[in-house]
Amino acid sequence: MDYVIEMNNIRKEFPGIVANDNITLQVKQGEIHALLGENGAGKSTLMNVLFGLYQPEQGEIKVRGEKVDVTDPNVADRLGIGMVHQHFMLVEKFTVTENIILGSEPKSRGAIDINKARKDVKEISDRYGLRVDPDAKIEDISVGMQQRAEILKTLYRGSEILIFDEPTAALTPQEIYELMSIMRNLINEGKSIILITHKLKEIQEICDRVTVIRRGKGVGTVDVEGMTETGLAEMMVGREVTFEVQKGEAQVGETVLNLKDLVVEDARGYDIVDHLNLEVKSGEILGVAGVDGNGQTELVEALTGLREVKSGSISLNNKDITDYKPRKVTEAGVGHIPQDRHKYGLVMDFTIGENILLQQYYQKPYTNNGIMDYKKLYEKAESLIEEYDVRTASSHTLARSLSGGNQQKAIIAREVDRSPDLLIAAQPTRGLDVGAIEFIHDKLVEERDSGKAVLLVSLEMDEVLNVSDRIAVIYEGKIVEIVDAKDTDENELGLLMAGGKQEAGEAE
Amino acid sequence: MIRDFLRSRAFGLVVPLIAVAFGLIAGAVIMLLSGNNPIDGYSGLIGGIFGDMYYFGETLRAMTPLILSGLAFAFAFRTGLLNIGVEGQVIVGWFAAVIAGISWDAPGIIHLPTALMAGALAGALWAFVPGILKAKLHVHEVIVSIMMNYIALHVVNSLIRGVFLDTGQRTAFVPDSASLSSEWLQGVTDFSRLHWGFLIALAAAVVMWFLLWKTKKGFEFRAVGFNQNASLYAGMNVSGNITSSMSISGAFAGLAGAVSGLGTYGYIEIFNTFTNLGFDGIAVALLGNSSSIGIVLSAFLFGGLSEGSGNMQAAAGVAPELVEIIIALIIFFVASSYLIRWIYKRLDSIRKGEK
Repeated sequence: MDYVIEMNNIRKEFPGIVANDNITLQVKQGEIHALLGENGAGKSTLMNVLFGLYQPEQGEIKVRGEKVDVTDPNVADRLGIGMVHQHFMLVEKFTVTENIILGSEPKSRGAIDINKARKDVKEISDRYGLRVDPDAKIEDISVGMQQRAEILKTLYRGSEILIFDEPTAALTPQEIYELMSIMRNLINEGKSIILITHKLKEIQEICDRVTVIRRGKGVGTVDVEGMTETGLAEMMVGREVTFEVQKGEAQVGETVLNLKDLVVEDARGYDIVDHLNLEVKSGEILGVAGVDGNGQTELVEALTGLREVKSGSISLNNKDITDYKPRKVTEAGVGHIPQDRHKYGLVMDFTIGENILLQQYYQKPYTNNGIMDYKKLYEKAESLIEEYDVRTASSHTLARSLSGGNQQKAIIAREVDRSPDLLIAAQPTRGLDVGAIEFIHDKLVEERDSGKAVLLVSLEMDEVLNVSDRIAVIYEGKIVEIVDAKDTDENELGLLMAGGKQEAGEAE
Repeated sequence: MIRDFLRSRAFGLVVPLIAVAFGLIAGAVIMLLSGNNPIDGYSGLIGGIFGDMYYFGETLRAMTPLILSGLAFAFAFRTGLLNIGVEGQVIVGWFAAVIAGISWDAPGIIHLPTALMAGALAGALWAFVPGILKAKLHVHEVIVSIMMNYIALHVVNSLIRGVFLDTGQRTAFVPDSASLSSEWLQGVTDFSRLHWGFLIALAAAVVMWFLLWKTKKGFEFRAVGFNQNASLYAGMNVSGNITSSMSISGAFAGLAGAVSGLGTYGYIEIFNTFTNLGFDGIAVALLGNSSSIGIVLSAFLFGGLSEGSGNMQAAAGVAPELVEIIIALIIFFVASSYLIRWIYKRLDSIRKGEK
């Protein structure tokens, strides 16, 4: 057997929790091996054991057939194991070359030989098709190029086995495509790759074999070929998963949200939402589909009072709410699941209980004459934690220490519990795993079925197609087309999102 | 795990204690190196704090303004603001309280509260300026509040010199009706200068705790302190909260000045340099982990060290400057705990693959 890496029966415990329980991972020379698991399943712990950051309680590690003792990352380095971190380890003010040589600088007569370094970097970059400018400063280059610099860094150090930790999380679709071709180049040059991910599509696209772990235990290793996405998802989650959102016919009622000729400026003073017209009715989910940067963010901010409206009007239940401040918008009957939950959705250093009442803390019975009743607040929070299945040690746990999926559930509990007439969900499932996505989609459908209007803004075409009843395509700040979700497909939407209709119109 | 411990509340308690212990140990080493017996030195120091009622009263007297200036810094800090202008707010509070004391006459029940109020208001006003500039124009409060310190020092000095000078370098004494001094407190402490201001400071500590942790405003202050975007999203008035938080912080600082003026001294004099009450408040708040109880305890330590140093010199011949070195070292060790935490956070994010 020519396994390049073997991790046999690894067990790693932390006080009160077994993070890795008898997990075996065997990677063949020259393959892309996926490590699949939900958030918190123990993927990173396992990789940190391999990388020498943690010492396992049990089990052995073999590299190229030889038993090794990875006591610290330097040992891993010498064994040719390199990690491309999810959060890049780069110095913003340094150039690509400077970042790459940092820690192993080539010297000539005591001084750093920057010219040799630049030449080496260029050469590696060319060989693997990384297209990195060695002299560009990190702060000036795109996220995709920063990642390629990270890859270059491991290659420069002579890594033969590359671990990619959720590499596509921050990338645009185009960049993901490029990354995949880079990974193929790496394999062609004789490297081996371990890809940590919870995205099933990526695995199907690029991986040879996949090892699945669930709640710290190894579920098994299978060939990707012949596995369906559903099959992989079930291995990962441990139960049946439906990608199809289950929902009946929409019972559409009155218009709840009505936007007329809405114009909103972005930070640079450009009309990013440009005379936009849109209606959302009760009992329907209206999905807004579009390529990032076509005004979705600003539209949602304007609707929720976070951004000024330049002209036009927003009305809710036939009442003009243009220029309302956020609190008045909320009180008028709007729930908002914000796009960036860390920036807007949560006060990370507040308890999860305080966060769940973040929109209601000032009302009775939580506040009486300016005095807070924290007992009432936590009682309410606990009942919502229960109802929405937020997994947390207690209602007094800091929001920061919850997983992304549970943070999002807490936000949804907060926004949905107020029973708003209009629920705005902006990228509600970004970065979440299959189980949490399912939960959130079900909640959106529940709201719609109870006669509320739901506005779903998402960059994920699958999500918009699956969840929405009607789909409004936004392009350059305007709604260019509204289609019925049942009568459209990815191709038509993709074309519309790219401005296809306008160009067709102009050609006529 | 170490990581969990570093994040826990216990860490917040243990760090100041370790820092104090390290500071004292380092002080002992310095005493040894300079040819003094550290046991004699420290017993002199402790004797200078607890040795008799007079020393103890003086310690409580010295900690009084430190509690208030510590609260001032901590309150702003809790709401995400760095009020480096506590010093200037102390000076204007001191000045306003004394002037309100000497410029008119009224029965004590009216006169004293008005004078205290004048001090608190002056401090609040002085802090309002950096607050409103931060809220409306996003000018960093550190820069403005530092400049406000110098403005306070020189404006107050020139007003005393030009208008209120009585004898030598100082104003007249405030009358009894506006004085905080207490014969009873002096009596039980063997005629120290302990005054009613001590109780005001303790009450202020309770007020800050109540305000932050029991009121709706406190909920908003803390939310804005942690995350302005989320606070805005939750419908809070972020710029209003910044301004009022700075003003409340300044009111605590103004009171620190007022109790010094109306209690310990009874007048205000031309200051050659800063009083340092405000700057020491920053250290007190830091060591006290910005909590009310912590601030009272750390103010006691700082007050005790500075009062006890006199006796340390008398009893063991150790230079009182050594106490300043110990205080500096304690602050250094407290600050290193932030460093430890910061380093650990960085390592943590490297280790963490999954969020």
